[in-house]
Amino acid sequence: MARQPAPVTVIATHAFLFVFTVVTLYPVLWVVKMALTPSQAFSMDPWPLPDPATATLDNFRDVINTTYGEDGWLFGRQLLNSVVVSVLTAVLGLSLSTTAAYALSRWNFPGKDRGMAAFLVTQMFPGVVMLIPLYILLDTLGLLDQLLGLVLVYATTSVPFSVFTLKGYFDTIPIDLEEAALLDGCSRWQTFTWVVLPLARPALAVTGLFSFMTAWNEFILAATLMNDATSFTLPVVLQRYVHDYGAEWGHFAAGAILVSLPVMLLFFALQRHFVEGLTAGGVKG
Amino acid sequence: MTHGAAVGRLWMLLCAVLFAALPAQADEIVLWHAYQNAEEAALQEAAAAFEQQSGHTVQLAAQPFGSYASKVETAIPRGNGPDLFIASHDKLGKWHGMGLVQPVDSVAEAHTPASVEAMRWQGSLWGRPLAYKTLLLFYDPTKITTPPRTTDEMLVLAREHTVEGSYGLAYQASEDFYHAPWVHGFGGAAYDENGEVHLDDKEHADALSFVAKLALVDKVVPQQPTGQLVAQLYGDGNAAMVISGPWFMADLDREIAAVPLPIVSETGLPARPYLTVEGVFLAAQAKHPVAAAEFADFLSGEAGARIRQATARQAVTWQGLEVDDPLLAALAEQAKTAVPMSADPGVANVFEAQSRALRAVLRGAVEVDVALEDAQEYYGILSKAPPPAVSPIPYILIIVTAAMGALAWALAPLRDPYERARWWKHRWDYLWIGPAALSLGLLVAVPFLTGAGVAFFAHSSGTWTFVGLANFTSIVFSRDWPITSPMSFFYTLAVTVLWTVTNLTLHVGIGVALALMLREPWIRLRGVWRALLIIPWAVPNYITALIWKGMFHAQYGAVNALLGVFLGQTVEFDWFASFARAFTANLVTNTWLGFPFMMVVTLGALQSIPRDLEEAAEVDGASWLFRFRHVVWPLLQPALLPAIILGSVWTFNMFNVIYLMSAGEPDGSTEILISEAYRWAFSRGNRYGYAAAYAVLIFFVLLAYSRGANRLVGKKVL
Repeated sequence: MARQPAPVTVIATHAFLFVFTVVTLYPVLWVVKMALTPSQAFSMDPWPLPDPATATLDNFRDVINTTYGEDGWLFGRQLLNSVVVSVLTAVLGLSLSTTAAYALSRWNFPGKDRGMAAFLVTQMFPGVVMLIPLYILLDTLGLLDQLLGLVLVYATTSVPFSVFTLKGYFDTIPIDLEEAALLDGCSRWQTFTWVVLPLARPALAVTGLFSFMTAWNEFILAATLMNDATSFTLPVVLQRYVHDYGAEWGHFAAGAILVSLPVMLLFFALQRHFVEGLTAGGVKG
Repeated sequence: MTHGAAVGRLWMLLCAVLFAALPAQADEIVLWHAYQNAEEAALQEAAAAFEQQSGHTVQLAAQPFGSYASKVETAIPRGNGPDLFIASHDKLGKWHGMGLVQPVDSVAEAHTPASVEAMRWQGSLWGRPLAYKTLLLFYDPTKITTPPRTTDEMLVLAREHTVEGSYGLAYQASEDFYHAPWVHGFGGAAYDENGEVHLDDKEHADALSFVAKLALVDKVVPQQPTGQLVAQLYGDGNAAMVISGPWFMADLDREIAAVPLPIVSETGLPARPYLTVEGVFLAAQAKHPVAAAEFADFLSGEAGARIRQATARQAVTWQGLEVDDPLLAALAEQAKTAVPMSADPGVANVFEAQSRALRAVLRGAVEVDVALEDAQEYYGILSKAPPPAVSPIPYILIIVTAAMGALAWALAPLRDPYERARWWKHRWDYLWIGPAALSLGLLVAVPFLTGAGVAFFAHSSGTWTFVGLANFTSIVFSRDWPITSPMSFFYTLAVTVLWTVTNLTLHVGIGVALALMLREPWIRLRGVWRALLIIPWAVPNYITALIWKGMFHAQYGAVNALLGVFLGQTVEFDWFASFARAFTANLVTNTWLGFPFMMVVTLGALQSIPRDLEEAAEVDGASWLFRFRHVVWPLLQPALLPAIILGSVWTFNMFNVIYLMSAGEPDGSTEILISEAYRWAFSRGNRYGYAAAYAVLIFFVLLAYSRGANRLVGKKVL
């Protein structure tokens, strides 16, 4: 264990964290305030807390209680869309990137450096020019207006970051354990899934969260590739509250909070893995 | 239920969701719209009535407003569009050019003549009118008993009601749409009788001087008047008069009354706002054109108009319905003098140039004459004819040769048997990297290369011409602007580099510092701090960016309010008046958005660093800084550098913050390359080819950067 520092340091650090967090949360409080205020107006009043006398959950109720068809629960359907798309994006994104990152980290095959550079290069393509070609491509593949199309695009977008993060992490894992496993008769695939992946949990958590969020918050592609309210994801629904001649700020803010909550819960659930550290013996001293 | 059955059901549900969004069924009329709330309800009611009467079914698909136009333009040419779509008429010229709409033989005579005219383009009718929108003068009847009939009367009333914290006249003075009534009232027009644009003529100067006096001399108009601010001022009883449209009434608790805009006292002419007409258009490639036309007639006709007026309070174009709503009566009155908005795609350039002058003058930065001369010159550049068409054959030859050369170069090592043996030996390795490479190639590289190809073309009103490298040469040699102008590529590049470097420094500095703090076991509630500090990353940035924009408002923003508390006086610091300030506002916002990501990455990376080394250094008496520089950072670096390099690429292309915060103010100087490209594509006359050339140049700049970054760090990072 690290030694306990001087009490002054402890108090100063906590004070700093407190002030920093308050400053950070100040704009967010505004979102909360607008969500709890009955009017749909944008609040420019510097006081970031709602008026307790008029505070109401009506905006949340309005956002959640949307319907389609006879008795379909539209918000529920869109939430399901968002969850399905984001979870599948994270799963697919991780499957694509862990294998690629492992290969790039461990083996020195010809063309490896150029391959790495190519992964980075794909991040440099400005999205402005890609929307319409992507639309045409998915249309050709028959994936237009289907959540599967979105999943493929999002997972692909998240791959380069995940590959680099995972490769960086794999590089720090000593190779001895894998060599031992190989000597014991494991195949490369078995070594990878049984030895390496469990060790890489912190990096998997970070990249998984990243892929999830890539899909969770995206709305431009989702709005363009999907045609019907029952196939929209939640961020697209949020955009509907900003319209031709202004915006319904109360609904918009309530929706934004509903959209952010799952991400925070996921982070809360995953953060154990960020901080738990490596558990396998022989790595940690 | 057995376990297997449960899993089976889950899969069925998943598949149902994944494939649920099937195209429309054969006997359904599909209609796209971007209506909300009451207007959407009216549409549903009308559709139900039509279904009852005709036996057809109608599927109403509500689309998000922000991507509506681009959706219509993308989906219809590919045959994935709706049968009908509702849109306002001002894009008709462009959409006609793109072949998105089908002509209409005739529309009922009961529609107002102006609304029918709005549906006409190049001699034919293209849509059926539904409703119109225009600006009105709203007033607070508790403050004003007799509404003004002339601008002089308006000014007297406005001065009278401008006292501490409240304004006589609140309206979005710096938006060209709200400025147009004054231009028309002073006798000006976007196009003169010869179809030419003279932004620097006397009429424009008079109108601009009039507004400058309102805002800067009389100060009856609030500063930086956004739509949100106007609505809030009125709602709080702090605005006596407001210029806005029917949408202003939608969510208002306060009593309100409306009259047409006043007569301009100097000229005796009425201030004429623009009139936009919403129509229902039959899409090209409609699957059920006959049934769709039938529904369009119903919706636009008497029965539909009645429903829309009653349910949504729409200002319908169908005449002859009884109107007992004073607001609709005022709208109808105003519509008689309103100027129909031009459907010509070129008019966007007039507005763009004019609003630049408007913003500069209202900021108090330049005189009216200078601003308008500048605007006229700017318009000239924006509306320049596209470069001449050139033959594509030499380009095709060059590209094919280059592609074959590249292929030969890439495959050259295979001639060497030793190399071949190496490739063969590693053949299974490629299987591991294959899926990722394949998906990136297909879903990222192919769309980019296709999109980049657009850079060789010029777009004008739906037609494309091959212009070779003209777009590139125009940008790189800064043909239209001096190189020091904020409009030049190199100026914007310099801003973008500054933007990236400052942001990254702050993101990484703050993120790493917090992560180092939050790993210490003696910090209480570590999990809570961590979860709270990622909130800026978790809340969608398009809403928080708007909150920040509000916080930087000169009069009502929280930032100035806080500065005021510290300085002990009222601060009305205009955060968007100079480059340094606007850049700072952007930077603060993006730092707030960006540090949590770096913090999370660092937290993850720190886990692979054993604490013992650090503790050993500590025991040896190494200072905190020394331990960080020589123990922590070297171990952190491999995991963090990729995030830093990718983070810099993303920041380089961080469109949302610039677009939503400073929007390039002042005079486009805080624009970064990606937002500049966006402006060329969408607010400066749809010069898609020029925008694509920008995108390609952005790509090359980043490519050069990544090469340089490797060298800078002294080893291969990526």
